Amino acid sequence: MTNSWTDIKNTDLVIVMGGNAAEAHPCGFKWVTEAKAQRGAKLIVVDPRFTRTASVADFYAPIRQGTDIAFLLGVIKYCIENDKIQHDYVRAFTNAPYIVKDGFSYQDGLFSGYDEAKRDYDRASWEYELGPDGYVQVDETLQNPRCVYQLLKQHVAAYTPEMVERICGTPKDKYLAICKMISECSARDKTMTSMYALGWTQHSKGAQNIRTMAMVQLLLGNIGVRGGGMNALRGHSNIQGLTDIGLMSDLIPGYLAIPKDREPDFAAYMSTRGFKPLRPNQMSYWQNYRKFMVSFLKSMWGPAATAENDFAYQWLPKLDVSGYDMLRTFDLMHQGKVNGYFCQGFNPLLSAPNRGKITAALSKLKFLVVMDPLQTETSRFWKDEGVHNDVKPESIKTEVFELPTTCFAEDEGSLVNSGRWLQWHWPGQEPPGEAKTDTWIMAQLQLRLRELYKKEGGAFPDPIVNLHWPYRDPQDPQPDEIARELNGYVVSTVTDPADPSKVLLEKGKQVDTFGQLRDDGSTACGCWIYSGCWTERGNMMARRDTNDPGNTGAYSNWAFSWPANRRILYNRASADLDGKAWDPKRKLIEWNGTAWTGYDVPDIAVNAKPRDVGPFIMNPEGSARLFARGLMRDGPFPAHYEPFESPVVNLMAPKIRGNPAARIFKDDLAALGTSDKFPYAATSYRLTEHFHFWTKHVWVNAVLQPEFFVEISEQLAAEKNIQKGGWVKVSSNRGSVYAKAVVTKRIKPLICDGKTVHVVGIPLHWGFTGAARKGFGPNSLTPFVGDANTDTPEFKAFLVNVEPSNGPAVS
Amino acid sequence: MLKELSRRQFLAAGGAGLAGSAIAALGFGGPEEALAQAVRPFRLAQTTETRNTCPYCSVACGVIMYSLGDKSKNAHAAVVHIEGDPDHPTNRGTLCPKGAALLDFVHAETRTKFPQYRGPGEREFRRIGWSEALDRIARLMKDDRDKNFVATNQDGVTVNRWLTTGFLAASATTNETAFLTYKTVRSLGILAFDNQARV
Repeated sequence: MTNSWTDIKNTDLVIVMGGNAAEAHPCGFKWVTEAKAQRGAKLIVVDPRFTRTASVADFYAPIRQGTDIAFLLGVIKYCIENDKIQHDYVRAFTNAPYIVKDGFSYQDGLFSGYDEAKRDYDRASWEYELGPDGYVQVDETLQNPRCVYQLLKQHVAAYTPEMVERICGTPKDKYLAICKMISECSARDKTMTSMYALGWTQHSKGAQNIRTMAMVQLLLGNIGVRGGGMNALRGHSNIQGLTDIGLMSDLIPGYLAIPKDREPDFAAYMSTRGFKPLRPNQMSYWQNYRKFMVSFLKSMWGPAATAENDFAYQWLPKLDVSGYDMLRTFDLMHQGKVNGYFCQGFNPLLSAPNRGKITAALSKLKFLVVMDPLQTETSRFWKDEGVHNDVKPESIKTEVFELPTTCFAEDEGSLVNSGRWLQWHWPGQEPPGEAKTDTWIMAQLQLRLRELYKKEGGAFPDPIVNLHWPYRDPQDPQPDEIARELNGYVVSTVTDPADPSKVLLEKGKQVDTFGQLRDDGSTACGCWIYSGCWTERGNMMARRDTNDPGNTGAYSNWAFSWPANRRILYNRASADLDGKAWDPKRKLIEWNGTAWTGYDVPDIAVNAKPRDVGPFIMNPEGSARLFARGLMRDGPFPAHYEPFESPVVNLMAPKIRGNPAARIFKDDLAALGTSDKFPYAATSYRLTEHFHFWTKHVWVNAVLQPEFFVEISEQLAAEKNIQKGGWVKVSSNRGSVYAKAVVTKRIKPLICDGKTVHVVGIPLHWGFTGAARKGFGPNSLTPFVGDANTDTPEFKAFLVNVEPSNGPAVS
Repeated sequence: MLKELSRRQFLAAGGAGLAGSAIAALGFGGPEEALAQAVRPFRLAQTTETRNTCPYCSVACGVIMYSLGDKSKNAHAAVVHIEGDPDHPTNRGTLCPKGAALLDFVHAETRTKFPQYRGPGEREFRRIGWSEALDRIARLMKDDRDKNFVATNQDGVTVNRWLTTGFLAASATTNETAFLTYKTVRSLGILAFDNQARV
């Protein structure tokens, strides 16, 4: 979230697309209710189903899953044509006036530079025109046909309300009503918030779904303001933290990058990370990259990371591909190229796509280690559970370890909520049985390997035997010690070069902010964006001050919000060019003639003069990007692509299947189904009574929603002679499941380009362990393909067939 | 008349621990006295409160856990009740159908309690000791790493990667667990590293 849950109360209009907050985030959704009740805010819901959120909306419109980009590009067209954009904001705070290189083009669904064999683009032409001074050329009048604004206008021209209706199945009158409501938020005293979740991410163009709405929000001037923003409703309690700390193939904590093969040494690695400003005076904050990177390496390898060995840069592994994400890893496992696998609180047998492939892949492992507080399906993938897990244990040679871990009630530490608040929690009881904390288990493995390498030698032991391990009890590192590492500390005293008697940073002290980090090895910091979370003043994440000056919803002294305890990102953009709030009733920070002050920590240098320095300080431009340059794999502008499995052809580019830049492995391409055999558009989702595969272990929730079901319309039920509550068999080209049919008015057939499209809804909470009845999940059906930029699997749009059934055979 | 007293007034008048005879002295008798004797002290009054946050979605509602035991070193605490934290700015004491049932999650029958092991081709898990499990896992890791570690690529560039073992991290572990996991996994050269954010 750019903003926070409590900030939603400040909005005038909430749009929920790609999510169902009332169902999946009920207590956060209460802030929507608050905005409705207190400010008269309106709620729009656009979803294939009439969801729980829709049931309290002021306006609902249906949409076919996987067509959100067409819908939103049409909104952009409407806003431009009806002059409903926030002109001053767009001209000064976005790259709308920037001139794009001549070679850039878009035709028949493809941008310039496409290589069909590689399914990838040469993105060299997706770039600005630079002037002789090295800065981007701009046209403040926005009239130059090669400026971003004009190119965008041209790009969205095809997305007329009629075209949107043909693609999305959204009736034109409803669509135009929504366009009008959204466009009114271009006024300086009106703002809209976008609340989305996996309904946008789990697509082969998920990142572009989100980008399109971000572009709408920029055109309306709604980023950086109270009650505005792009608000990702993260699915789990610490997905945000795990991402921030970079537990992904290609990441280093704080959104730094793991080196690539083409970066053989630290100098080569840093050579492309200069982040020279693209416009005069801009902060381009990533210019501090080296400080964050060196401080990270010091936190990893302590005294062994020295200037002489490039701070142990070579001890990091290098990537030869874009990343070994979960899909690539399971594909390699399926090929027999992976021997060992660890699942720490993760149940991929139910959460990775194409379960048949996952089972086959796990069966090829030599060993699997599962660390979990619950008995998961993954740790029992080898177990014969009849129709619910149809395998032959004798033929599966994998050694499996199930290690019991603590749950939230038994451990201590911080979690990061969707609004980037790091909140500390404490244990209320001892772990059951012999369960242990994950930190203890990781320490045991590290120390055992360290001893084995010291004793036996082996492949490159240096990074293992020198891993910095400065804990009071090395066998059991404690949360406070690790939190202090994440915050960062001074390794060696730093004095003022002008006056060596003056100590700037004292050895052994915690740093106050990432602004103190250095690139010479004198500071260490696990995750630079968390700096400030545990300073010499103590644990900032444990703060519980409920005061909220000005009643803004910021709660600045409750817990700690990264970065720098900032509650709303890009908050400098809440003020006009001269630093006065766009909307005086929604003041956030303002320029007082010498400094920025207000209710939040300014997202800009405190003394940066308003007309000199732009609000988007992480970008070398200082502005936000309507045109993403080469930073997205599948295009600098979003474009409509159908899901890989779609009931209709792509009306904008009939020859293109799926997202042309999304990676799909050969076998998985062959396993895609077509609408002649699998005619219905399926989607997956959560229920409010359940949380993924955890709560089926919880008695109360198992009673509330005991059994797997699928939802279909009354029309489809009639067509297929399916009875309410009767058994159905749902099949895709990869597998099939049995479910009870919920026949509902909440799902209605859509008409797309004259064709009737039936939607099938598949919730995801059942498996074969726990207190609920045994059942199936959508991943038995879903395709093994991910988003072009994130490789998040396309769980939200795929094809199935539905037939009446007698249910699974009972043995 | 008893029926005219609210429950709160009744408790206030009777006092949670007041003996039956004292109740009788207030003029109650018969059924009223029997009822009064059945009223037990408010059980949460004898518990320890601990602040936590709900482990499910990213709203991160504040919760208060009530435990038996006073947290002294040799007293075994057990959580007996969980409710929303009214001080918390986001949820203001409210919880959803999942958060309201957290107690049953903590005490779920199907929680893992002991390390278990399943050998090649076996049909069931069997219990195993921590040391044995961890020794075996460390051995399997080292053997695989030593055999498959890639120090340099075909062009002679130092790459120091280990691709034949992977690690999937969680979605609800703490930042502190995450960082200790990061340090341990990355220092081994593992690249097949991912977390629940991918899905």
